[in-house]
Amino acid sequence: MNTIFYIAVAIAIVSSILAITNRNAIHALLYLIISLLSVSVVFYILGAPLIAALEVIVYAGAIMVLFIFVVMMLNIGMEEETEKQWLTPKMWILPLILAAILLVIFIYVLKVFQYEKTSAENIDPKQVGVALFTTYLIAVEIAAVLLLAGIVGAYHLGKQKKKTIHRFYVKSPSDKKGII
Amino acid sequence: MVTVSMEVQILFAGLFFLIGLIGFLVRRNIIFMLMSIEIMLNSAALVFVIAGSHWMQADGQVMFIFILTVSAAEVSVGLALILQMYHHYKTLDADALKKLLDSDVTEK
Repeated sequence: MNTIFYIAVAIAIVSSILAITNRNAIHALLYLIISLLSVSVVFYILGAPLIAALEVIVYAGAIMVLFIFVVMMLNIGMEEETEKQWLTPKMWILPLILAAILLVIFIYVLKVFQYEKTSAENIDPKQVGVALFTTYLIAVEIAAVLLLAGIVGAYHLGKQKKKTIHRFYVKSPSDKKGII
Repeated sequence: MVTVSMEVQILFAGLFFLIGLIGFLVRRNIIFMLMSIEIMLNSAALVFVIAGSHWMQADGQVMFIFILTVSAAEVSVGLALILQMYHHYKTLDADALKKLLDSDVTEK
């Protein structure tokens, strides 16, 4: 089990270094997703199955998709070239190798270590839920308020402001300024 | 299950944090800076889970869920700010944001 821990940590560190040093945002996000998956393996080995699942679902599933959407939205005017560049198989080899190592680890862990063996040291989701909704109930409510503030802030900032043009002015396509 | 000592585990988490910090300080592209913040938050959460598994308490995992919440809220607002920044300045360079006032206000 220790070797699995070391392999997962090594993949996490290598892929996050590659994510930071990469020039292309999409490739960096790919490495960052690999890094999050390997941290999720570390969580599972440490006896936190709920956290491992949440890491995959929320971090790698939701937050990284948000990043990818914003990167896609910001690449204006150069879609064809960049897409051609992203789809080159050469760029996918290293992330695929790292992900394949993680997959092998995952299958090994599922096959060799049965749930009964590990349950003695696991902190199962029930314990987490009980702690979350009894001891930390007020913090859950504060987190709900924080998420509400996040929604309102993202909606307000993401709104495109309308340009104020005079009501008698018809904007022609050649005129960029929009001023009479 | 894992017999690696806790010091080594926290050392790895610290290394992970260091990578995020270096990325935050070195890169000027604001998307990469936000990604580095994600790495740092993730390493902090890793420390919480390591401590929670060391003392066999669920509190570490509860803290991870709160860090996840904070991170999700922060990313949504941060990405909306990036969109606004790109809309105004047509660049993702963080050094372009030197002035707080609007340019037409300063010209007057």
